[in-house]
Amino acid sequence: MSVELDVFVGNTTIMDEEVYQFWLDGYTVNDAVKVRMEGGVLEECEASAEVLRSDTMDQYRTFQMCERLLHSPAKLANQLLFQIPPHRQTMLIERYYTFDGVFVREVLGKKLSKGTKKDLDDVSAKTGVTLKSCRRQFDNFKRVFKVVEELKGPLVENIRQHFLLSDKLARDYAAIVFFANNRFETGKKKLHYLTFQDFAFCAGQLISNWTVGALDNMLEDMDVDLEKEFLQDLKELKILITDKDLLDQHKSLVCTALRGKTKAFNEMEANFKNLSRGLVNIAAKLTNTKDVRDFFIDLVEKFIEPCRSDKWTAGDMRLYLTHYTNSAHILDTFKHQVVWDRYMGVIKSCILKMYHD
Amino acid sequence: MPGKLKAKIVAGRHLPVMDRASDLTDAFVEVKFGNTTFKTDVFPKSLNPQWNSEWFKFEVDDEDLQDEPLQITVLDHDTYSANDAIGKVYIDIDPLLSCEAATVISGWLPIYDTIHGIRGEINVLVKVDLFNDLNRFRQSSCGVKFFCTTSIPRCYRVALVHGFVEELVVNEDPEYQWIDRIRTPRASNEARQRLISLMSGELQRKIGLKVLEMGGNAVVGYLQCFDLEGESGLVVRAIGTACTLDKLSPGTAPNTTTHTNTHTLPNTAPTSNACNSPSKDSKEPVFSEDPPHSLSGPPTPLRTLPSSSPPPFSPSKPCSRQSSSSDTDLSLTPRIGMGSGGSVGKEAGPLKTLLRQHTQSALEQREFPIFTLTCFPPGFLVHVGGVVSTRSVKLLDRIHNPDEPETRDAWWEEIRQEIKSHAKALGCHAVVGYSESTSICEEVCILSASGTAAMLNPRFMREGCLDTGGSDHRLSRQPHPGMVGSERGEGEVSSTWLGFEDASPPSCGFVHIPYDEFNMPFPAQLTYCYHCRRQKVPDVLFTTIDLPAEAEVTGKGCLIQARLCRTKKKAQGEVNATSISNLLPFMEYELHTQLMNKLKLRSMNALFGLRIQISVGENMLLGLASATGVYLSALPAPGGIQIAGKTPSDLSYDQHISTMQKRIDDTIAKNKELYNIHPPKLFTLDPEAFTGLNTECIEEVVGSPIPDRQRSSRLFRSTSESSDELSELDLSHGKKDAFVLEIDDTDAVEDIQSLLTDAPIPAGFYSCNTEVMPGIHNWTSGLQMFTSVRVYRLSNANLTNQGLNKIFTDLCENLLKSLYFKLRSMIPCCLCHLNFTVAVPEEELIQVAVTAVAMSFDKETQQAADKALTRGSGENEEQLQFSMEMCGESTISNNQPTAKPSGVPESAMVHSSRVSSSERCSPLPEGRSRSLRSTRSLPCGAPVTVVKMTPLSFLPGTRIVKYLGIINMFFIRETTSLREEGGVSGFLHSFIAEVFAMVRAHVAALGGNALVSYSMKECVFMENPNKNQAQCLINVSGDAVIFIRESDQEAIPPLLTSRQTSSTGADGTT
Repeated sequence: MSVELDVFVGNTTIMDEEVYQFWLDGYTVNDAVKVRMEGGVLEECEASAEVLRSDTMDQYRTFQMCERLLHSPAKLANQLLFQIPPHRQTMLIERYYTFDGVFVREVLGKKLSKGTKKDLDDVSAKTGVTLKSCRRQFDNFKRVFKVVEELKGPLVENIRQHFLLSDKLARDYAAIVFFANNRFETGKKKLHYLTFQDFAFCAGQLISNWTVGALDNMLEDMDVDLEKEFLQDLKELKILITDKDLLDQHKSLVCTALRGKTKAFNEMEANFKNLSRGLVNIAAKLTNTKDVRDFFIDLVEKFIEPCRSDKWTAGDMRLYLTHYTNSAHILDTFKHQVVWDRYMGVIKSCILKMYHD
Repeated sequence: MPGKLKAKIVAGRHLPVMDRASDLTDAFVEVKFGNTTFKTDVFPKSLNPQWNSEWFKFEVDDEDLQDEPLQITVLDHDTYSANDAIGKVYIDIDPLLSCEAATVISGWLPIYDTIHGIRGEINVLVKVDLFNDLNRFRQSSCGVKFFCTTSIPRCYRVALVHGFVEELVVNEDPEYQWIDRIRTPRASNEARQRLISLMSGELQRKIGLKVLEMGGNAVVGYLQCFDLEGESGLVVRAIGTACTLDKLSPGTAPNTTTHTNTHTLPNTAPTSNACNSPSKDSKEPVFSEDPPHSLSGPPTPLRTLPSSSPPPFSPSKPCSRQSSSSDTDLSLTPRIGMGSGGSVGKEAGPLKTLLRQHTQSALEQREFPIFTLTCFPPGFLVHVGGVVSTRSVKLLDRIHNPDEPETRDAWWEEIRQEIKSHAKALGCHAVVGYSESTSICEEVCILSASGTAAMLNPRFMREGCLDTGGSDHRLSRQPHPGMVGSERGEGEVSSTWLGFEDASPPSCGFVHIPYDEFNMPFPAQLTYCYHCRRQKVPDVLFTTIDLPAEAEVTGKGCLIQARLCRTKKKAQGEVNATSISNLLPFMEYELHTQLMNKLKLRSMNALFGLRIQISVGENMLLGLASATGVYLSALPAPGGIQIAGKTPSDLSYDQHISTMQKRIDDTIAKNKELYNIHPPKLFTLDPEAFTGLNTECIEEVVGSPIPDRQRSSRLFRSTSESSDELSELDLSHGKKDAFVLEIDDTDAVEDIQSLLTDAPIPAGFYSCNTEVMPGIHNWTSGLQMFTSVRVYRLSNANLTNQGLNKIFTDLCENLLKSLYFKLRSMIPCCLCHLNFTVAVPEEELIQVAVTAVAMSFDKETQQAADKALTRGSGENEEQLQFSMEMCGESTISNNQPTAKPSGVPESAMVHSSRVSSSERCSPLPEGRSRSLRSTRSLPCGAPVTVVKMTPLSFLPGTRIVKYLGIINMFFIRETTSLREEGGVSGFLHSFIAEVFAMVRAHVAALGGNALVSYSMKECVFMENPNKNQAQCLINVSGDAVIFIRESDQEAIPPLLTSRQTSSTGADGTT
């Protein structure tokens, strides 16, 4: 005897959040049943393994049918096929678009192309996230990317409205889209210590300060691309390192301010020119797309690593960057204060976020 | 009365991509009614077209309006090739034809394609202008209201119940026409859908005409079914109960509706008495004080009739006792009348005679005194006799002339006659809770009908002043002079309820036997009613109706199922039919025995909502009986079950038996706890009566199984010396009155196994197949209607009956377990109206479909209610005494009129019953109801209206303010890519979800927010996995309604409140 067919359909669609998570995580029905059995739901409800299996299959089927709708979440609210209470709809969407930190770290900044998708099995093997789940997450990134690519206006808001996501999740997606669009390199070994949230924070900084939309929300253009003019202007900062006087003046101002306030003062003093060159060079090169991609790796190589080897504390770093930024204002021959602030504001918060083990 | 039908196509959304190149669609719409077609413009390159068409107007006959659906087809325009159909929407415009139903259909409706399922939605507006034209010879019946609900709809008052209406239309099934070989599956499916839509329209119109002829204005309990007879055709048939309903005027609505609500809401329907207890036959009831030839043996075991003195007038196979008529019939048409007696004198006791005379005259003119209602206005149901049922095996032949469906008509006529005669044999003049069904396999068809024999109060049937249309049904006798006035339609509502009181007290009257106790149609143990102690009641009662509101129940009820599989040889034609009809009586008997055993095991004494389905397959027959068991306080406590072995010599065998016995005893004890069955200690008020009763018990237990025909001279109160109170206090399963099961044959072992294998229901769950669960009153608005379908493949070809039984039982049990698991988040909750349908779609396949609603209730208030009820029962006793006096009077005078003129005491009783019921429904689930307010938002514009669906006739905590019309939809879905759609389960899952979606959308378009009395009457699933194909047909129906939360309605007028509080809250139904 075998069950040929087994369905359960409720007028209000029944969805178990636990099973939904298994489904999202790409568990097979069998695995999900196993985990559920271990979870003790059986004793709780006097059910048998068979019952659990039937329930799990049923839920999986329901989710599969819903998946199409989840691809354009706005449809979920006005579709007629499933009667789902609004708070459940929100849950379904939010969870569907939630991604694994380890996974996103692997594809962050990569082109969301078929080629990348083909390599997902390697990613899956590496991260321990099931291939099915990897694909779902990847497709989500791609879908969001494709939709907002053609939309005007603020990125985060677009994502939030179009995919009905929470603010937090929308911001994360904005970061992913931003990284994918600018193809920031995040996979190098030196960057491995950085988490997705580090990058997401940096992306947020970049989006809100360096893009076109950053200055004027009303502007027609979107804020996926860095503002070209600004990048051009950054070249002007070079004077800080090319002009020997300016460099020395800057150094002495910073050292005066720092003296006695930190244990790492000697290292700071010794390294000032190197560090300053590093930062200003990064700024000057950003007109090059290639160098934009290496933005984070440059930050780490040119600035974070030297500081780390000198055993700066986070406090030291904050102190140094504050004075480094502020002292430039006192330089009377330095005329690019606005660009400097716009640049250093982002650099400072990014470095502070990235400066950890 | 011709009319103008107007339709406007507003917009479409979520359309499928029809042009691969552009990923868009150039959609336009064809609107067709009858032979007229209109088209919209093409809206190019959009998946969300805005047509905003003009109003398309169709000037049509009202006959067509009733028959035809409005057909909307969405197409993709293609310049070079034929336009591709995206899908269709059929709109039944019948609800627009009654002024009291919906006025406009407006909203988003799913576009449906039989191959692809739902493909987007379309927004339409449909209106009808009817011209008044009173043509006497009209063929239409616009304005007659239809209700699937099997009780009086909530915002109506019944003025008259006219009786049974039926109609049947036949046609050739398009699927089997020659043209089907050359047309596409889509065309064939659409032809079928359209034909059935037309046929149902025609059927409804014809039934409407009959209703108008009878002078009614509505059909309640409308049940429409399809018989897919394959080669021989397609039959659409319907039955219903014609009524004259008065709409409660809006002004008085809050007031009066509360009345109706309180009457019907909590427990809905009156019950019936089914005292067909064939398994009892070995223990003849004995009433004589001095048994003439007392055999004084042990209680005769059930299955050993021949060995112990066989009761004189009871055949050894009680269930197969057929009505005499069937014997002369063709061998192909045996009928089994459950609980119907053979040759029974129809003269009842003097008391009953009068009642019968009144009602008979009202009912006799009718060909079929049959009612499809299962819930009745209080007082309607006087006595209940028991379940009557009939089955007939027919060989299908081709329907040659669709215009003359005589054969099918004759078949059903025969069956209804049979039912009628069964009812007569039970001393009843009417049948209530009536339903008909068929099971078809190849050319063999089993027609089944069942109902509950009952005595009805004639008042509702009398053609009153409302009807002057020369009908000859008028009852000459007017036994209630005082009440005539109040019966007029204009009278106050509450007065209608008055005066239907029988001589028996309200809460137990219906269980009193309607037949002559000295000349019983079948063997049963009679005792005096445990409530009024004046009238005789049977020991067990089986009925097909819902539990009457006034019934007093101890503890809670539960779903009881008997399941049976019988193999049969494959055969053709008459041989096949004969073998099936030979098997039927045995199946009925077995099912009945199982039911009885399970009932005893749960320590209950009555079944409500009994539904026995027998399905025929090529090589087996399936039988499934479902009912809700309860402990009726007015009936005697059931005995236990005792197992007896045949060969006592074997020691281990004895041991085996005693273990079994222990298990059974334990189960009974456990069940008593579970269902909270602790019969109140009655009769403490009146020691004399107490003694009398005890004596009764003793007699029954010890007495000889031979009935004493001389006992007619017996007095009411038996005076016996042997009144050992102590021993008799134990009303439970003492050994003496125990129900004996002998396990010397394999059958009995099987029985016991099946008894004990029923898995216990998980904590926090209750289940029943009636409208509501006795003993639970404080429903919250938490509600989940669902359908679950399972198909099992029997892998082993050579299964024995036992093996099959086990499989079938496991299937049902597992299905139930799954349901409990799925719905665990709703605990505490009750699965109500659990409706199982079994089928044998193919050899070696068993299909079980379940539709039910899970309703959660409040635990805390539950306890409070219980307390209130205990208090109520205290008061009850006072009332009891009072009613006893009345009864005493009646027994003495003996010629008490059946419907007693309503004096003061009676009205007091009526009031009290009303109070208790209103109390029950009053605790409103505040918290949960809030969240559902959004459901009230109007359909158009708002995102998506939440539409609740329930198989019940009401939604807890709400008030139905308007009935918008009947929803009756038929869908076919077919696929040629079964694997791609997720296999059979994926296919059916999405189809059922689509059907729900379409039903909800149509309800919302009518302006409604719920569908009540929902049922899935047909779910035919066929598959051919090898060809990657499957097909499924689903037919659903229900009543679209608008409800409002009870908390939103105006406060109850003070007048009513004061009246309520003034009367005592008695009559607790538990």
